[in-house]
Amino acid sequence: MVLSENLNPFPTKQSSTYMKKVWLIIQREYLTRVRKKSFLVTTFLVPILMVGLISSVAFMASKSEQKQDIAVIDESGIFINRMDTGSSYAIHYIKDVPGSTYTELLEKNNWDILVHIFPFKNGVPDSINMYKDGGVSLNAKEFISNDINTIYQIRQMQDAGIDKRKIDSINSSSIDVKSFDLKSNQETSSEIATMIGYVMGLLIYLVILLYGVGVMRGVTEEKTNRIAEVIISSVRPFQLMMGKIVGIAFVGLTQFVLWLILTGVMQLFIPLLVPGLSGSMHAQAANAQHVPQNEIASLLQALSSQNWTLILSCFLFYFLGGYFLYAAMFAAVGSMVNEDQQEAQQMTVPITMPIIAGLIIMSSTIKDPNSSLSVFGSMFPLTSPIVMMARIPYGVPAWQIVLSMIFLVVGFVAMTWLGAKIYRTGILLYGKKASWKEVIRWIRYS
Amino acid sequence: MLEISHLKKYYATQKAVDDVSLSIGKGNIFGLLGPNGAGKSSLLRMITGITMPDSGSILLNGIPFNLDTHSPMIGYMPEERGLYKKMKVGEQALYLGQLKGLSKSEALQKIESWFDKLDMQSWKNKKVEDLSKGMSQKLQFVITVMHDPQLLILDEPFSGLDPVNSAVIKDEIHELAKKGTTIIFSTHRMEQVEEICREITLINKGKVILNGDVAEIRQQFKKHIFRLETDGELQGFDQYIIERKDTRYMLQFPDNEDANEVLAYCIRNHFKIMHYSEVLPSLNEIFIGLVEGDGAFRKFESVSN
Repeated sequence: MVLSENLNPFPTKQSSTYMKKVWLIIQREYLTRVRKKSFLVTTFLVPILMVGLISSVAFMASKSEQKQDIAVIDESGIFINRMDTGSSYAIHYIKDVPGSTYTELLEKNNWDILVHIFPFKNGVPDSINMYKDGGVSLNAKEFISNDINTIYQIRQMQDAGIDKRKIDSINSSSIDVKSFDLKSNQETSSEIATMIGYVMGLLIYLVILLYGVGVMRGVTEEKTNRIAEVIISSVRPFQLMMGKIVGIAFVGLTQFVLWLILTGVMQLFIPLLVPGLSGSMHAQAANAQHVPQNEIASLLQALSSQNWTLILSCFLFYFLGGYFLYAAMFAAVGSMVNEDQQEAQQMTVPITMPIIAGLIIMSSTIKDPNSSLSVFGSMFPLTSPIVMMARIPYGVPAWQIVLSMIFLVVGFVAMTWLGAKIYRTGILLYGKKASWKEVIRWIRYS
Repeated sequence: MLEISHLKKYYATQKAVDDVSLSIGKGNIFGLLGPNGAGKSSLLRMITGITMPDSGSILLNGIPFNLDTHSPMIGYMPEERGLYKKMKVGEQALYLGQLKGLSKSEALQKIESWFDKLDMQSWKNKKVEDLSKGMSQKLQFVITVMHDPQLLILDEPFSGLDPVNSAVIKDEIHELAKKGTTIIFSTHRMEQVEEICREITLINKGKVILNGDVAEIRQQFKKHIFRLETDGELQGFDQYIIERKDTRYMLQFPDNEDANEVLAYCIRNHFKIMHYSEVLPSLNEIFIGLVEGDGAFRKFESVSN
């Protein structure tokens, strides 16, 4: 085998022409994609849609809370005129009309909910029922039941001889419990951590799938166009594959940065798009009993207390690591299929399965970031990009992050090696669909 | 300039190239012939460095094959043409030229001169998908030759080309050969080979079954068949006549000596001779005969149709 050294796709010496050609391929892959209309459309549309969605949800939340009419039949006489109406309910105290059904009572006045408080037996509540066409919503039930219980408790306290003013002061006192991160001694918010973790994990999932499939399509296109054969006579298959993968990675980064900028810019326009939104949000916050007035401020504070340098640098690492790990596999699959796109979808199943597994693990991770499943998921290179991002906002020991990163790099190298082996045989094989069995042979004998 | 010895490439199901040795001199137009599945493409893919041989050696100008140094010396036009459909013609030529090692300015300069030469300037900003089949064929040719390869490998270069463009490409091929470019021309269309190539190799089932100069091969396989057009009737040559239409004859002799007797007979009888010539077998006939004997005739026929 005199020739094997010369035809080796991985030359021992990295000549400058080797990199120059890879760079040319990267440029082409990048420019053809970035210049496409679809790139511009998704780049501009996604932030518009995101902002539109956020503002329309906010808008709906601020407007849609139509007042519900609640009719109360109080046979105990304890609750009449004492119930708190809140901002979203109107309470009408009525007398039971013998001979007419609840439905008739509600329909007559066009009310929504009927609460029937039956007479107390020996000073103890007997039964209190709520009725609504189609069932009572959770919100309404919680509201009424809170209301009734508070009134009943106050009454019991009064019966026990506690001064009314004292009761009022007890009720209005509340202690704010804060949670802190042990290491940084900074206040944390598990809600914020959940949110950040979820968004980050989901983004990585989307990126891997979106750009991975982009790599696959590109490879299949080159194969079916037969341009691969022309190019492989100038460069090694590995150069072509890596050029494509890296080029698309740059496209992804570009798009991501543009999304960040555009979303940031557009966020400034939300208040303009939905006038009066911030006002009504404050009003709501003030109205709600258990939510402190400065909730938004504390949210912002919790957000800024997160270690954003760590989160963003980890995001960048797992974004690229996860993408590179899977891209080589997508390239391999792209090289195995012919024109048939359905075929391609079938072949991607073994690749998409671990990605989806990562997403499933992530959904449990955001609830319990230190469970053994979460720790495993954040170490295993096929799922770690998604799962680790969901853990990071909660704080992860440094050694775990380092170990997970090492595994990811090792996994990426292994997958690229494996993918390249499949790729360089598949890209030149026309006509028939390659079975997995055959692919294993390619790996073993190439 | 190209020296191939004992080249082998075995796949799981077949021996694609089985101990092939070839030698092609500089400036030669060399025909590589064989039915589909004979191993032509496998052989060409190894020469271009697309695949690795299992064993054997490929020397280009005496140097063992190495993709980095040899790729710029080789121009390869595969049978299945490959171009990026969505890319503009000019950009595509620039990109592929640069991949062959041309600098940007060199590539642009080559594109200018070739596009001028083949009257393609107006296509530059068109996308490849908007070109006709013949147009993209021409573009593919330009892309293959624009980096001035020393070895040009053309796999079925005329398929899909109209006669006018075929002639244009043929002229270019001859001109390149005159400048010293070595050309390997792979096809199963024998009449094109006779027209263009001086030397040929026929391979079938991965093996070389015939190799040599086109004229010599035709001599070697001649069956002493002569065509005679005259105005009188031949008497006493019945055993030689294989076909007759009025006074036009096809004659087959044991050797060329006997052929002269017919001529002498005609002259003796004062026949007017309009035509008398030896009919050499076409490459097509030779190959069908050889391949048929090889048991692969059917395959071959279905291809050449």
